[in-house]
Amino acid sequence: MVEWTEQERNIITSIFSSLDYDDVGPKALSRCLIVYPWTQRYFASFGNLYNADAIKTNPNIQAHGTRVLHGLDRAVKNMDNIKDTYAELSVLHSEKLHVDPDNFRLLADCLTIVIAAKMGSGFTPEMQATFQKFLAVVVSALGRQYH
Amino acid sequence: MSLTDKDKAAVKALWTKISKGADAIGADALGRMLIVYPQTKTYFSHWPDLKASSAPVTKHGKKIMAGVAQAVAKIDDLTSGLLDLSELHAFQLRVDPANFKILAHCLQVVIATMYPNEFTPEAHVALDKFLSNLALALSEKYR
Repeated sequence: MVEWTEQERNIITSIFSSLDYDDVGPKALSRCLIVYPWTQRYFASFGNLYNADAIKTNPNIQAHGTRVLHGLDRAVKNMDNIKDTYAELSVLHSEKLHVDPDNFRLLADCLTIVIAAKMGSGFTPEMQATFQKFLAVVVSALGRQYH
Repeated sequence: MSLTDKDKAAVKALWTKISKGADAIGADALGRMLIVYPQTKTYFSHWPDLKASSAPVTKHGKKIMAGVAQAVAKIDDLTSGLLDLSELHAFQLRVDPANFKILAHCLQVVIATMYPNEFTPEAHVALDKFLSNLALALSEKYR
């Protein structure tokens, strides 16, 4: 059972309430596809991903990035039960989407970079530690139903 | 995942923009690593103060970035360019190589906070590849 301090809860809710999901989501996903190009394997039907500019302007990627961030919102609102909250999504990613769970970690790292760029010096080591702890719990929950 | 000419050019271009702030980047990244990844503190039990602003952390951050600068200069042959540093880490420091990835991540987070406009996805992928290759060259002499 994951324990969250009052400070950690406040940090997570304050970070997410400061975000424009329509901006951060697409930025994180497109950065992931550029920095770790093998992740493009899951988006073969999304159209033109031939270069960084194509990826950044691809409307399907933008829509999906926003969707992913709204999915993270569920964890923010259910921090004491992330495991159960994501059980269905975990099955989906395993059984239907066949996503290698290591990719969740790669996307999490890219999201951290995007948040860092946005918050600048406001992204203190304590905030980074809490944010990464949160993402690690999410990543673990999403990989839990794989077999 | 070796460095292409495009990667090398991108790394050098990014380095030109950030090298003046190298000392600050090094201190922030090291201090951040000690907080975000507490297990890394085990290598610094001989320091009285592990705060990001402390003298040993600031001094050591500067030393680390001097190593990165050396790597940028020797980007065409990192293995031979970093031989002395590899021997140091292999035989004296004996830092578990898993920590190179951790520090690389912290460096990139700090660069993102300080240079958000310069650290584009294109610059990010080149730097990530460079730091991976740097880590590989650094672990060359381990076994």
